[in-house]
Amino acid sequence: MNEVFKLLAEGERLNESQMAEILGLSVEEVEAQLAVLKEKELLLGWIPVLNPEKDDSLAVRAAIEVKITPERDGGFNRLAQRISRFDEVESCYLMSGGYDLLVVVKGSSLHKVASFVSERLSTIEGVLSTATHFMLRAYKEQGYLIEQPAEEKARLDVTP
Amino acid sequence: MSQAQNRFIADHVIGLPRSGIRDFFELVAAMKDVISLGIGEPDFTTPWHIREAAIYALEKGRTHYTSNLGLIELRREISAYVGRNFGLDYNPHNEVLVTVGVSEAMDVALRAVLNPGDKVLYQDPCFVSYHPTVLLAHGVGVAIKTEASSGFTLKADEVKKSWEPGCKVLLINLPCNPTGGVAERDELEEIAKFAVEKDMLVISDEIYAEMTFEGEHVSIGTFPGMRERTIFLHGFSKGWAMTGWRLGYACAPAYLTEAMMKVHQYSMMCASIVAQDAGIEALRNGDDAVKKMRQAYQRRRDLVVRRFNEIGLPCHKPNATFYAFPNITSTGLDSPTFSKRLLEEERVAMVPGTAFGKFGEGFVRCSFATGYDQIVEACNRIERFVNNLK
Repeated sequence: MNEVFKLLAEGERLNESQMAEILGLSVEEVEAQLAVLKEKELLLGWIPVLNPEKDDSLAVRAAIEVKITPERDGGFNRLAQRISRFDEVESCYLMSGGYDLLVVVKGSSLHKVASFVSERLSTIEGVLSTATHFMLRAYKEQGYLIEQPAEEKARLDVTP
Repeated sequence: MSQAQNRFIADHVIGLPRSGIRDFFELVAAMKDVISLGIGEPDFTTPWHIREAAIYALEKGRTHYTSNLGLIELRREISAYVGRNFGLDYNPHNEVLVTVGVSEAMDVALRAVLNPGDKVLYQDPCFVSYHPTVLLAHGVGVAIKTEASSGFTLKADEVKKSWEPGCKVLLINLPCNPTGGVAERDELEEIAKFAVEKDMLVISDEIYAEMTFEGEHVSIGTFPGMRERTIFLHGFSKGWAMTGWRLGYACAPAYLTEAMMKVHQYSMMCASIVAQDAGIEALRNGDDAVKKMRQAYQRRRDLVVRRFNEIGLPCHKPNATFYAFPNITSTGLDSPTFSKRLLEEERVAMVPGTAFGKFGEGFVRCSFATGYDQIVEACNRIERFVNNLK
């Protein structure tokens, strides 16, 4: 695994020039390693983490439990991939337990999410049932705490 | 202080030097926009699961004294942890003493064993409180030099060279604050043999053991003949980022633990129960958090050491701790002047090496327990400062 990947895996939020500085590489070398990671699909891409409490474009999100019929060749894959392709679907996972797919759907209104579920998702051949859970409030998003008091950094300037 | 006021102050306290860190702190505190590489504690806040355990303890009404030795559950965890990670075997019932930080452990250990005038060998540069704590216990400090040429490792030859009749205790801090120095296994074994030969007690402060990046951490107490003459000191401040909790411990054979316990029970009674409950959680479930912090320190070390050498301030690569100890003699300035001018001209704080002993001259301590962006900016400022001196 390349050095940039290890650094990314440590979870620090760094830009390319910071990564270059830390690893003792040139920015070009960091870019080259990132390109390799993307090519190998180890790194899928970058997205900003928006605050769902403040961002109107994410006004409504729902977690949907979906039961589907597995198929002889490929099991759940074909249907899961088909569902994943909708723009409304933020993420989609095959789950163990009482249902098969957990689908996170986002939309600008309750109505839009509801109609996506009833008209698109549940009408797909092979989808047996759906249970929709609307998200009411976010407390933590992708590792970021939301609207919680910041931790005090009360270190003295110089200590032994 | 006037002569008249001094009549109430003990002679050995009047003679005690003011900490060099304190002078420097006051200088820094009076300035704005300073990037501080002078902070001897983790920049991480204590991991949440540990804080949460303390909140739970308070909710349950855990607000009372504990046994003088500390909670037995904590002592059991300490005994198991020290066995697992250091290869040392201590009975939780009578060989583990929980203290208010390693500083208290050091104090009770020295007060328990020193008679007035007894000599204590200690490495130099070293943590600021070592020599004063020896003096407060009416002992006499004898410094052992460690050098940049050998990465500030503790060398058996230097220990032997520094030894003089009357040396009762060998006080070591490996890995070392401020140098990041350690000791090679064979050197440490040789030092252990010498301690046995000269019948010295060894007090071994291993607070930075978890911050070992390369190689194994070796505990001097594991060598033949050492268990009976070693007081092992450790605590939660650095590895678990718990400085403000003030929680440490001393492990030693029962006869030594009993002696330390006498001093501890009359001066401190016990460590805070909430801190002790947090300590239990730290030892039971804290390994992952410790590892994550160590990785972050290692990255930062690589960065600062590379930058110091690029800037022209030769710096060895410390195997452990979050301190680098670059040599600043090429600038033609002495350590206190370098630190003072760097602070005034570029607003970067690094503690002069002389705050850690006479052999710290020619060096400054850089604590890299701070964010990457701060470190990068500080190094750029240091580079500008050094170039302007040329």
